[in-house]
Amino acid sequence: MIELNNVSKSFTLHNQGSAVIPVMEGASLSVKPGECVGLIGASGAGKSTLMRVIYGNYLAASGSVMVGGTDVATAEPREILELRRHTLGYVSQFLRVVPRVATLDVVAEPLLAVGTPVDAARDKAASLLAQLNIPERLWGLSPTTFSGGEQQRVNIARGFAHDYPALLLDEPTASLDAQNRATVLELITGAKARGAAIVGIFHDEAAREQVCDRFIDVSAFTPRSAA
Amino acid sequence: MSDYNFAYLDEQTKRMIRRAILKGLAVPGYQVPFASREMPMPYGWGTGGVQVSAATLTPEDTLKVIDQGADDTTNAVSIRKFFERTAGVATTEETAKASVIQTRHRIPEAELSEDQILVYQVPIPEPLRFLEPRETETRKMHALQEYGLMHVKLYEDISQHGAIATAYAYPVKVEGRYVMDPSPIPKFDNPKMEMAAIQLFGAGREQRIYAVPPYTKVVSLDFEDYPFEASKADHPCDLCGAEDSYLDEVILDDAGNRMFVCSDTDYCRSRREAGHSGRLGEEAA
Amino acid sequence: MTPLLQVKNVAKMYGARIGCTDVSFDLYPGEVMGIVGESGSGKSTLLNSLAGHLTPDRGEVIFDTRADGPVDTVTMSEPQRRMLSRTDWAFVHQHARDGLRMSVSAGGNIGERLMAVGDRHYGSIRERAADWLGRVEIADSRIDDRPSAFSGGMQQRLQIARNLVTGPRLVFMDEPTGGLDVSVQARLLDLLRGLVREMGLSAIIVTHDLAVVRLLADRLMVMKDGHVVESGLTDQVLDDPQHGYTQLLVSSVLQV
Repeated sequence: MIELNNVSKSFTLHNQGSAVIPVMEGASLSVKPGECVGLIGASGAGKSTLMRVIYGNYLAASGSVMVGGTDVATAEPREILELRRHTLGYVSQFLRVVPRVATLDVVAEPLLAVGTPVDAARDKAASLLAQLNIPERLWGLSPTTFSGGEQQRVNIARGFAHDYPALLLDEPTASLDAQNRATVLELITGAKARGAAIVGIFHDEAAREQVCDRFIDVSAFTPRSAA
Repeated sequence: MSDYNFAYLDEQTKRMIRRAILKGLAVPGYQVPFASREMPMPYGWGTGGVQVSAATLTPEDTLKVIDQGADDTTNAVSIRKFFERTAGVATTEETAKASVIQTRHRIPEAELSEDQILVYQVPIPEPLRFLEPRETETRKMHALQEYGLMHVKLYEDISQHGAIATAYAYPVKVEGRYVMDPSPIPKFDNPKMEMAAIQLFGAGREQRIYAVPPYTKVVSLDFEDYPFEASKADHPCDLCGAEDSYLDEVILDDAGNRMFVCSDTDYCRSRREAGHSGRLGEEAA
Repeated sequence: MTPLLQVKNVAKMYGARIGCTDVSFDLYPGEVMGIVGESGSGKSTLLNSLAGHLTPDRGEVIFDTRADGPVDTVTMSEPQRRMLSRTDWAFVHQHARDGLRMSVSAGGNIGERLMAVGDRHYGSIRERAADWLGRVEIADSRIDDRPSAFSGGMQQRLQIARNLVTGPRLVFMDEPTGGLDVSVQARLLDLLRGLVREMGLSAIIVTHDLAVVRLLADRLMVMKDGHVVESGLTDQVLDDPQHGYTQLLVSSVLQV
């Protein structure tokens, strides 16, 4: 489902003497449907960078990044958008939304984007929010005013609203209490069971062991010149 | 009459105006620009109509001039005298006897015939001006028949007054093509514009001439659910008893007494001469 | 899928000076594209050239018309182009006064495009005007008020209603949130996003506000001195800019 082949990534800082900073080299990995792969490696080793390359948020310098049948490294913007809408979900550490939009609608939006009727989308959003212990009185408010933990849970609810065949999870259990953490792990297990291919970053070792089928150490992809 | 060229204007000017008139007749409702001359009267007193009349008159013509339907108001009298003096043509107050009728704000009640010409004085020839101040844009709108704006004006009327409150200068579409301002005639007169006579419109200050040939289709704009109505005061004429003519309201005293009389003075007089009489007909006569 | 709009090598010169040049892109149905750049970068010139307000000196602007399929709007006749701009296209000006008739009521402003395409039933025009006021969150009791009595944000929303009432497929927006308070901007952005999704609109948005494109645009085009220096997926261009100018632009923003 997710297939990286010899991917490299570097940043060119044009305004600082065109310094070229290679950050990743020869990255290859393969994730099958129903499989969860954990990325490990020291902080700064490039775990988030790799996730962003898979999502198309960072432009790969070379190699191929196949998700479903699409090569994210070379696809047109609209192909990537299509991919993100239907196939590839991403739970980042940051919630980015239009201010003023109600939490319930923020969570329902990915469903509306794939054509789910409004009522059905709202029902699904409501059940996810309830599952993640967001009090119902907050559903009508914009999540921009929420605490960090609440925002994180809204972000997770949004990421799991649509049943993406491929999922990227960046620290989904960070800053969650035990109960919510258990709920998130349940969601992940559920996604695996329905056949989603998952790439995740978990600092929480217990969580990692519970959901991941295997691990990839991204330090292996760190360019020697940069080290 | 000896010091003036026939009908005041020089022959070259009259030819220029006649060309504009012919073009106007060829393209009904289209505003033809012309080089309007300074006339010995102020703008607003009919300089456009007078120039069109001057270019139309022949020595054999009989001229009638009306202002708001009346032959005896200042404007009508002065223009009639102007042509008596500069053209020496015969004048009349009887609609049927006139071959050229210059009018301000009315169409005579009596049906006009094929050998007559009706000349209108026009203050603002551009019906779209109310909402679009740019001449370049209004011309383009006419050229491309983009007339949605005309209905915006009528929409505003209904939304503010509950009905189309435009009572005069009510816009019409001529022969299914150009939207035209019929000059400030009451909308009661609009249906009469499908007539046997030639209708010419002259706007002196705005330098435009336009025309409606005989038997041309003239449709008043409206909405399906607010159809056009040719309304008038709901009274018979107090002098001649006519129920089919456009009426003026005249306040009689400080006690609130009033009367309604035909605005077309010739029509009213001829009816009274034929023996018709209204509520106040006896004493007034 | 046929692109809704195909722009091929469009250039507009002001004498010897370049307005914009060598601009090419395809816009697909439902896509929202942002054009960013600083003042004088040619983004407004490009927008006006695409929308038919300026005639490009070179290039083609091919629109997929409902009746005849893809047609070059640069060479089509003026009546056709004006018809397009009243039906399938919409243009939202930065200043609502440029896009509204200030002497006409809100209802009349919205109804104008309906009447322009031949709607002659007062009742249905008014009903649709009221419906659109509701959709842009203006109380329908304001239907007979003139826009001069409205706040800046309301005027902008009225302008949007007036433009969208005929169900256009392509909306051009020139700094739609410019000059509005931040809170009013947020409301407008939310509204635009909802309308874009519900109506399946395609849009081209010119702005210098990177936060606006991040929230509204799927794709981004960065312009400098009349040239497109970079284009791509909005978040990719903003988070991983490839061109030096874009890097400068992104790093100059206080916080996106």
